[in-house]
Amino acid sequence: MATRKETPSTPTAPMASTSPGATLDSPVKQIQIEGLVVLKMIKHYQEEGQGSEVVQGVLLGLVVEDRLEITNCFPFPQHTEDDADFDEVQYQMEMMRSLRHVNIDHLHVGWYQSTYYGSFVSRALLDSQFSYQHAIEESVVLIYDPIKTAQGSLSLKAYRLTPKLMEICKEKDFSAEGLKKALIGFEHMFEEVPIVIENSHLINVLMWELEEKCTVADKHELLNLSSSNHLEKSLQLLMDRVDDMSQDIVKYNTYSRNLSKQQQQKHQYIQRRQQENAQRQTRGETPLPEEDVSKMFKPPQPPPRMDTLLIAGQINNYCQNVKEFTSQNLGKLFMAEALQGHNS
Amino acid sequence: IKDLTDEWMMSVYGPVVKIHPVVLASIGDSYERRNEGASRVIGTLLGTIDKHSVEVTNCFSVPHNESEDEVAVDMEFAKNMYDLHKRVSPSEVIVGWYATGFEITEHSVLIHEYYSREATNPIHLTMDTALQSGKMNIRAYVSAQMGVPGKTVGVMFTPLSVKYKYYDTERIGVDLLQRTRDAPNTTNGLTSDLCQVGGAAGRVQDMLATVLTYIEDVLSGKQMADNSVGRYLMDLVNKVPKITAEDFETMLNSNINDLLMVTYLSNLTQAQIALNEKIVVL
Repeated sequence: MATRKETPSTPTAPMASTSPGATLDSPVKQIQIEGLVVLKMIKHYQEEGQGSEVVQGVLLGLVVEDRLEITNCFPFPQHTEDDADFDEVQYQMEMMRSLRHVNIDHLHVGWYQSTYYGSFVSRALLDSQFSYQHAIEESVVLIYDPIKTAQGSLSLKAYRLTPKLMEICKEKDFSAEGLKKALIGFEHMFEEVPIVIENSHLINVLMWELEEKCTVADKHELLNLSSSNHLEKSLQLLMDRVDDMSQDIVKYNTYSRNLSKQQQQKHQYIQRRQQENAQRQTRGETPLPEEDVSKMFKPPQPPPRMDTLLIAGQINNYCQNVKEFTSQNLGKLFMAEALQGHNS
Repeated sequence: IKDLTDEWMMSVYGPVVKIHPVVLASIGDSYERRNEGASRVIGTLLGTIDKHSVEVTNCFSVPHNESEDEVAVDMEFAKNMYDLHKRVSPSEVIVGWYATGFEITEHSVLIHEYYSREATNPIHLTMDTALQSGKMNIRAYVSAQMGVPGKTVGVMFTPLSVKYKYYDTERIGVDLLQRTRDAPNTTNGLTSDLCQVGGAAGRVQDMLATVLTYIEDVLSGKQMADNSVGRYLMDLVNKVPKITAEDFETMLNSNINDLLMVTYLSNLTQAQIALNEKIVVL
């Protein structure tokens, strides 16, 4: 499962990441990533992330006008069992100090995580991103999907929590009334920020050199027609989530039913009390003391709505991914048809 | 101690060096961020060693000071960074070091000696980031003893053959980065799904056009026919599978039906959760 990361709280002083142009209210409109960061993330997953483990790392860079420039990154080691005394904060501090010596931007601007078939909307991610965004206004989480990338095109998305969700997380009010007040739907949890890849001129020269030294890519993964494997897995995950969702709904239903039953019981009790009191008065006896009705009938705990929101968001994400995938495949199938039609 | 470099000799001595693109990008980046007055940067190379090859997968730069007569390398820093990196990827070991610049200087020999203490037979990689010779010469060397034993002993840097190795995903990443070359201000957005398929189809079309021009040249006698190329062409034409029209129709239709069904299902699910949300909020 994804590990929690804390932002180092002490160096907030040197981390004045807002440049004179950007105020704290204007959110960053675009993310600019250097090619180096992309390559490092790909490599990190490839070497350390086999299986469905997520790999994580920290993004470094700075804010320029309305762009968030990410210029470097470093990976985070996996949480293994024998690392009980492993100090994450210390690792981060040492890394950043060392990078400062070689003039690499050492300002935290976010973090990245790999994902398995698009399943990243989870409580842990929300908490981590919230703590990052609380400390640094413009921080984002980059989600890198290695499986989609292996299919032919780099899949990299940048997300940030919407201001509404930030408010809710701050107050930790996850009940139904709280969410209703803020009018949050599962579509308003994360906002996606467009990404642009940038390379310095020196790196461009490097690219030219590499191009002439290497053979043309002999694999055109993007035009691969086989889709059933990917679809199967995506649908499997989708079904699991929908099951979770229905369980959640059942819980909520039982809660509502319990609540209404309890209300009824309360009413009945109060009515009986009043009747008895009326009878006693007619008989001339002292009325029974008023009892605290609310203490007798403890209202049931309302189930937290946050999980439902997260599950709904995750389902939405899966559906989006599946639709993208199917549209691509439909295009490919029609191309294959054209090729075959020409032959026969 | 004298050193010599043999740049014009293709070497078969020593292991093949396989470099990942992330290393080169890292070196370029640290060169751009070098301190004022420093003419070159050095750093450590990390990777894995095989029987016949050395694969370089990571690197980090090490601060150093270089003047006419002396050179100082921050070894503490190097050790520290290596420890930190080891925590993330325990399988990477120090395989050598890199320096930017065109020539191998005397200071390089000293630094190389230091690295021979860290790794057995370290590799020295040079990358000409200042483009002194018009190209970014990326070369690798390994040191060999030479001279008369007991009397004057020297060190010679023998070149090794350099290959570039990519993981599949790295290849795709690099392809995307290649596209920034042509953009005016070196930026490039990530395209969306169907455009990518269109782009890939376009690339295949370009390749087919190249092949077609070659064939036409051969047919009209402008170029000599090459038999091996002819064999490849035969393979290419035969790769399109010969299926009867009806079979292909059924296959195509069933695939399209699957995809449409999945699209319908996901739309349905999305509508369902939206509804659920509205009902709860009531």
